[in-house]
Amino acid sequence: MADPASLNTLAALDPVHGRTGAVGDMAGPRGRRPRRALSRGNIMLYGILLLVSVYYLLPLWVMVMTSLKGMPEIRVGNIFAPPMEVTFQPWVKAWAEACTGLNCDGLSRGFWNSVRITVPSVVVSIAVASVSGYALARWRFKGSEAFFAILLIGAFIPYQVMLYPIVILLRELGLYGSLSGLVLVHTIFGMPINVLLFRNYFAAMPEELFKAARVDGAGFWRIFFQIMMPMSLPIFVVSMIIQITGIWNDFLFGVVFTVPENYPMTVQLNNIVASVQGVKEYNVNMAATLLTGLVPLIVYFASGKLFVRGIAAGAVKG
Amino acid sequence: MLVPNHSVRIRDLTLTFGAVTVLEALNLDIHEGEFLVLLGSSGCGKSTLLNCIAGLLEPTDGQIFIKGRNVTWLEPSERGIGMVFQSYALYPQMTVRGNLSFGLKNARMPQAEIDARIAKAARILQMESLLDRKPAALSGGQRQRVAIGRALVRDVDVFLFDEPLSNLDAKLRADLRVEIKRLHQNLDNTMIYVTHDQVEAMTLADRIAIMRAGKVLQLGTPDEIYNRPQNKYVADFIGSPSMNFLDGHYERGTFRSGDLSISMDGYKLAMPQIADRPAILGIRPEHVATGALVAAAPIHGEVVVDLVEPMGSDTLVWAQVAGKPFRIRMDGQARVAPGDRIPIGLDPAKASLFDAKTEERL
Ligand SMILES: Nc1ncnc2c1ncn2[C@@H]1O[C@H](COP(=O)(O)OP(=O)(O)OP(=O)(O)O)[C@@H](O)[C@H]1O
Ligand SMILES: [Mg+2]
Repeated sequence: MADPASLNTLAALDPVHGRTGAVGDMAGPRGRRPRRALSRGNIMLYGILLLVSVYYLLPLWVMVMTSLKGMPEIRVGNIFAPPMEVTFQPWVKAWAEACTGLNCDGLSRGFWNSVRITVPSVVVSIAVASVSGYALARWRFKGSEAFFAILLIGAFIPYQVMLYPIVILLRELGLYGSLSGLVLVHTIFGMPINVLLFRNYFAAMPEELFKAARVDGAGFWRIFFQIMMPMSLPIFVVSMIIQITGIWNDFLFGVVFTVPENYPMTVQLNNIVASVQGVKEYNVNMAATLLTGLVPLIVYFASGKLFVRGIAAGAVKG
Repeated sequence: MLVPNHSVRIRDLTLTFGAVTVLEALNLDIHEGEFLVLLGSSGCGKSTLLNCIAGLLEPTDGQIFIKGRNVTWLEPSERGIGMVFQSYALYPQMTVRGNLSFGLKNARMPQAEIDARIAKAARILQMESLLDRKPAALSGGQRQRVAIGRALVRDVDVFLFDEPLSNLDAKLRADLRVEIKRLHQNLDNTMIYVTHDQVEAMTLADRIAIMRAGKVLQLGTPDEIYNRPQNKYVADFIGSPSMNFLDGHYERGTFRSGDLSISMDGYKLAMPQIADRPAILGIRPEHVATGALVAAAPIHGEVVVDLVEPMGSDTLVWAQVAGKPFRIRMDGQARVAPGDRIPIGLDPAKASLFDAKTEERL
């Protein structure tokens, strides 16, 4: 179980020892790790990993292949076979021409809507969550425990229960149907998990550092921006990934709280794929789905390493 | 309340965490320029007291004065204190220079003044060559020096140290201890220093406050604490190897324990006259005369050696007195073996007598 390599990485992920050399000077074991590449355990491990990867990658393969074929080829062909004649027409159509109920300008409108929803939602929710987590971890105020408890309970109430009350709330605020209304909803629903994440991360940072900064005359904001934030890049990345993918993939809130011209990409994708008029254009549907999934995919690929690091740090210290 | 010559005054300081009382109506007066050591076992409230003085914890009750000013409700940075932590607590993303200037920048000091102060502190602490390094690239001793420098540049009235040396190895600890002592001699600031290492306490302190369970048991010079402990706890806590205790009775100037009887002539009682009562006699292992010194001691006896622990500079001998283990510290050159009968001498003037019930000094 406790394989030295994994222990070593854990040490590297530790928010205290990993980045703040001042506080801990524990260095993991160094140098080459003795390894036997082809032990029986390794063969088993890699075999299973390979199998699982194929299982998960197969649908993606089918989608990519189908999206590059013309309709005639799809009708006759094997879904696993690569296209005999590669065409990007389905992608173009999905992006710019596919009909979604009222208009026929493809997914592009939904893409930009999603961008306009996701960017402010992510920025606002992370800003609010990080400051709240910091306050809860380090500046215990009267009732902070109760506040935190309520926040956590919020995480366990099913969304469906809250849909209608929120519709009424947004209507009263005059935000119903607007993008800012949806941004507000995403920000609020992102709070529990992200505040928890930030609170735990900040609470695991050495308290004496915080005390030293106070003795040095730094206040709430200065400590946050100059001491805490520079030490917490991984948790910001984790929070960003959770928020970007969560908000980008959201369907329910998008369909409930906005009007058709503000529909996010996911809702438009549904409208394209589920449209009943005419023939089913599988290639266009596949291309549209891939386009919609592209943003979370890119985010994962670009920040996978940091993501794992942040999650692990949070888990170890949680 | 303006009181000259008192740097820090603590009045009836009480601090509770929920139902737990960590500090209990604690009073302490610390002189201007004094090096005061707070000494006590783990969990007795030393750090809590220090944090209260620093303003990092809000007391439940009581008041704190620094230089005659009531600082009980002031922010840490407004109290004229600097603090050095056990874990150094250097800002990891800043260079040494950044660490030193952080507090000064927060106080909006002009850059020229900041540079001058950093240069001065770096010279005093001999770390000019380290200024542009990050804390991760420093050794433990260097880090702690930077941490001291951070208090130094702010030109504070009172330095607070919370076990600053306990993360260092023994050799470095001894070196830095001397450096802190020298710093105090040169600066003349008031220093309050928390430790549970009695060697640090004895060597550094002008006065030591022995704490237990949120109270100060005794406040005195190292000499007083060592030679005239106010109660059995202090007597036991200070000194290594620790004091021998004999249970018995005090009767008209004589201490009796079993068939042992020791005349207490020469012992200075805390009160001129005391009634007979059950008592405890405390004798430090190093105050037992052996060899040629026995003749000079007022009281003589003989013990059988049970066990010998040679420690280089001296030798610890275990024997039995009044049926209980009794430690004797002998010269390292002494040649004794288990089973030997050796003569010993005692001097009541150097012993401590405690009431068996209250454990207070008689
Ligand atoms: N936040 C807190 N909540 C409850 N109890 C606390 C808290 N902080 C400290 N205590 C308790 O207060 C007591 C004193 O703690 P303190 O840290 O002052 O001890 P100390 O003398 O510095 O010990 P050490 O030598 O181990 O550092 C301990 O019993 C501790 O459990
Ligand atoms: Mg402590």
